[in-house]
Formats: sequence, C-alpha cells, structure tokens
Amino acid sequence: MYRYDEYDQAAVDARVEEFRDQVNRRISGAMSEDQFKPLRLMNGLYLQLHAYMLRVAVPYGTLDGRQMHMLAHIARKYDKGYGHFTTRQNIQYNWIKLDQAADILAELATVEMHAIQTSGNCIRNISSDQFAGAAADEVEDPRPWAELLRQWSTFHPEFSYLPRKFKIAVIGADQDRAAMRLHDIGLQLYRNDAGEVGFRLFAGGGMGRTPMIAPVIRDWLPKQDLLSYVEACLRVYNRHGRRDNIYKARIKILVHEIGAAEYARQVEEEWAHVKTLGLDPPAAEFERIAAFFAPPAYEAGVPDTVDLSDPDFRLWVDQNVSAHKQPGYAVVTISLKPREGIPGDASADQIDVMADLAERYAHNELRVTHAQNIVLPHTPKRDLYAIWQALDAAGLATPNLDLISDIIACPGLDYCALANARSIPLAQKIAGRFADLDRQRDLGEIKLKISGGINACGHHHAGHIGILGVDRKGEENYQLLFGGSGAEDASLAKIVGPGFSEDGVVDAIEKATDVYLANRTEGERFLDTYRRVGMAPFKEAIYG
Amino acid sequence: MKLVTGNDLETGDVIWWAGDGWSRHVAQAVDAGSAGESIGAKEEAARRVNGPYVIDATLTADGPRPAHIKDRIRAAGPTCRPDLGIKPADANRGDWVI
Repeated sequence: MYRYDEYDQAAVDARVEEFRDQVNRRISGAMSEDQFKPLRLMNGLYLQLHAYMLRVAVPYGTLDGRQMHMLAHIARKYDKGYGHFTTRQNIQYNWIKLDQAADILAELATVEMHAIQTSGNCIRNISSDQFAGAAADEVEDPRPWAELLRQWSTFHPEFSYLPRKFKIAVIGADQDRAAMRLHDIGLQLYRNDAGEVGFRLFAGGGMGRTPMIAPVIRDWLPKQDLLSYVEACLRVYNRHGRRDNIYKARIKILVHEIGAAEYARQVEEEWAHVKTLGLDPPAAEFERIAAFFAPPAYEAGVPDTVDLSDPDFRLWVDQNVSAHKQPGYAVVTISLKPREGIPGDASADQIDVMADLAERYAHNELRVTHAQNIVLPHTPKRDLYAIWQALDAAGLATPNLDLISDIIACPGLDYCALANARSIPLAQKIAGRFADLDRQRDLGEIKLKISGGINACGHHHAGHIGILGVDRKGEENYQLLFGGSGAEDASLAKIVGPGFSEDGVVDAIEKATDVYLANRTEGERFLDTYRRVGMAPFKEAIYG
Repeated sequence: MKLVTGNDLETGDVIWWAGDGWSRHVAQAVDAGSAGESIGAKEEAARRVNGPYVIDATLTADGPRPAHIKDRIRAAGPTCRPDLGIKPADANRGDWVI
C-alpha cells in the first residue's frame, strides 16, 4: 500500500488546521453559511436531512487494518456506532457535529486518511477494481496509476473549479469490476498485440439524470504519457464544459454534443502542447510509487485446496470467494448485505472485526467495493474456514455476492437531502421476498441497484434490474428498469413502464424473475435472457 | 399551518420553531402563520439555525404533522433505523411518517 511521504502528510495536516479555523469562524459568525458551504464541501462535510454527513475518502478503495480500525473508532466516538460504505468506494458518517468535524479529520490524518476530493467540482477520489493486484485475470495492477492520478489531482489549481465534479476509474483487467465506462474518464490497462501494456482511454461516461457510456477516445496510450494526456482531456473539458446549466455541465454532455471524434481531436491538439511541459513523472518517481504496491510476501507452499465438508462454509466459498493470481490464495468478498440489513452499513464492531481479520490473516489489506461490500484481497486458502467462522459470528458471512439480495442502494430519503424516495426499506423488502438462498442461487447473477433520486448514486442505470425512486405528488413512486450493466458488457437500463408503489415494485420484480426462469437457456443470466428476448415478455407479465 | 424548520448550526440536529426558541421535537412546533420567512431570516442571522425554511403541516390531536414525507422523516428520523429517531420510545411513530 502507498504510504504518505512528508509532503502528503504536511498537506493533509495543514488542511485539517485550515478547516478547523474555518469551522470556528462559521460558529463564531465570522462566516455565513453561503461563505462556509463550499469550504465544508471541499472537506467532505455535507448537511443532510438529520445532521451533517462526513464522506471520508478511501483512495481507489484500498486501506489497511490500522485505517479500518480508525473508521470504527470514528463511528464509535463521533457518530452513532456505524458507517455507510458507498458506491464511490468511500465511507460516510451520518450523524456528525460541526464542532467535532475538524477533530475527526485530525484523527483520520494520523492514519493517512482525509475527506479531500469527496465533494465539489474537482477531480474526485479515484476509483478502481477492488480485486486489483490480486485478480487472476489481471494484466497489471492499476493502483500505482490510480495513486499517481491521486497525487496529480490533489489540490490541482487548474481543476479545483471545474464545470462539475469529475470521476476517474482505472482498471487492469478485461473484466470490469469498477463500472469504468460509467465514469467521466475510464482507463483500462491492456496488453497489445506487441505484448506491451498501455491504456485504453474512455471519456464522457456517467450516470445521473443523463446516463452515458463513455466512448473510446484513445485506443492506445503509452503508460508513461498518462498524466499529460489526462491533463489535456481535463483542459478541453474545463475550456468547453458548460457552466451555465448544472444539468449539462458534465463532460458526458460535451463529448455527446461535439462527438467523440471531435473531442478526441481537440484533446490530441492540446496534448501536443501539454506533453512538452514535462508533466509526466520520470520513470524513477513512478517506480517509487509502484514499489508501494508490490505483491505481499506470499507464503510458499500454502495448500491450494480447501476442506469444504461444512455445507454452510462450502456455500459461502462457492458464492463469495474468488480466484487469486497466487496459488494457495483467494480473494474474499465480505457481504454487507445481510438479511434485513442496510446495504453498505457496518457497525463499529463489524468494522473492527474486518480489520482484525485483515491484520491476522490477509496481509493487512482491505478494499471497499463500489457494490458496497468489503474485500480481503490476499487470503491464504488455509485460513478461509477460520475467517468464515469469525465473519459468521459477526453477522458478516451472508453468502449472496452478486445474487439478487446483494443490492446496491443509496441512502435515499431516509438520509439524503437530494433524494425523492427511500431506497433502503425497498432493498430490505426485495431481499426479504427473495430470502430463500436456494431460490437466489437458482436465479443466479442479478445485479439489482436502487437510487432514491435522479443523481443515480445507487447506479440504477447500470442494474440488470434498476429502480429509481421518484416523488409523485408527494408520494414515493418507483420506476423499474431492466438491462443495465456496469461491467465489460456495459449497457444502460431501460424503463419498463409506469411506476409502482413500494410493494408494487417488489411484485413486479418477482414477475420478471418468473419470466426469466421460463425463458432462460442453459447458462443464461437474467441480463442475457432479457437481451435475447427483449422487454415485451417482461412487460406483458408485469402489466398485462 | 406553517412550520419553520432547519438544522442546528453546531450539531446539525433537525429543529422546529417553537415560538420562543427552537425545539428538536416537532410536537412543540408552532404555527408561524405568515411570519415564517422573517422568523427564519432573523434566527439564521443570529446563528440559531442553519438553512431555515417554511413547510406546510397539519395540526392533529397529537401535534403538528408535516405535509411532505421528507419533512416527516426529518421529524422522526430514518425509517430504516427507528432506534436512532428523535423519539425512539414512540411506538406510534411509524403510523404517521409513511
């Protein structure tokens, strides 16, 4: 993992004290809310329905046990004993007091964490593949590049007041576990026919009220040119992105309106200038960063087999454990979607348990996934049973990864000032309707994603089944969508028809799964069947 | 009836104009009539509230009930965590929020 150098630490510490002064000035009356709001947002502090909310950055979703313990400590000392892991691989605390916010940031800084770039019209926290550095299908670990982008983008003066927020994802495998093409810029490391590894760059993706899948802007970018090229991409956006209309200000609108080819042409033209400025780091500096992401000291001779005689353990391994590139090791995904639970929520005690397990068994590393789960990326297969037992005791061993109850849900109207309808109770009802695990496993992979508002924080556009909560004359109403995907087969979900009440949408989903079961062919997922047979039979079953 | 609500500047708590100050309990909210905007502006200037706004509500035998679901949730706390609400002991809270 990357460790702060003296510059990183000094920058974060200085930011904490600057914010402490700003908070004091706000409380004393020296600053109005209008003056203070952009400053608190630059430090991840929002005002939500019930209290201030602090969003803490987890760069590219990677953290260690010490940092995870700190997240538990913050939840226990400053919040109400829990945190909410988000679709941006971050964590949010929902019950923060303004006069304690700087103290929290100071405590986070002691473990090299902060809340910078979690709000505002800047380059947001870089996201990545939660299996980075571990996945069996990986070409190269994307995290050193994500870290380079983090350092480049932090406090970047030219890009601190962009037309709108800007999200970048970096992946290093053909399988997209990061919804990369639904970002403002998506970067994929891949190997070309000559055996070299470079980037394919996508730009202009996003969700929100106008979802777009990012087109390819440059099919091959030498790795060493990454920063200068991305700088050129941002410059063209910063120059032409619309500042007159917040709903048309994202780069996706610019790329869509002028076309990918014209945007690419302008980027190339800008890049011809930018790359002469010496922005790209020397190889030695990149190697210094990359050294932090060296593989852990894998034990030699760890058995590659697992005793699966315990049926419950076998089920969990089958559903939640993935292949690792190192023989004898596995990738564990801890579901934060227990039955009747709140997607993405974890208590302070549960966060401590996960930190302990990482420290004791899994090379002291954890990841936050955009699907609101936690990963132990480097786990000896030998220890899987002990880990499962500890998780089970903590209510963290739900074997439902990628099943219909592994639901992404934003906080919705229970917490969010921008939401129009509640997401969490609906997620609980759906999970309850499909509680039978055999039934869930028979249905197979179904990515169900719920947003309580048009901002699409719950990624409903990318759900095999998506749900958008809307306000219809003061009543909660839910639009149902089918056919989205945030994976390598990226697609945008389509609205099925008129909206439903909360109970109505649960019934509609059940009818849709019946259509799937009646029509699927061997090996087809729900999404595959939908793509093959189209919307009509689903619509007929739901509305007919 | 019209209620004035906002958040406490320092704690962020949801608060309601109670006539002579602010209360965390919607049951103590009073009808601000046509004075809601001016009450909010004056109280915000005094830093006793953050982001005040006026809402419609209905007066019931059990007290004021905000008209919109968002404000009912603000009044009672997240429906998914009744243990964290402002009145966790109120067994009837779910009856009027949703």
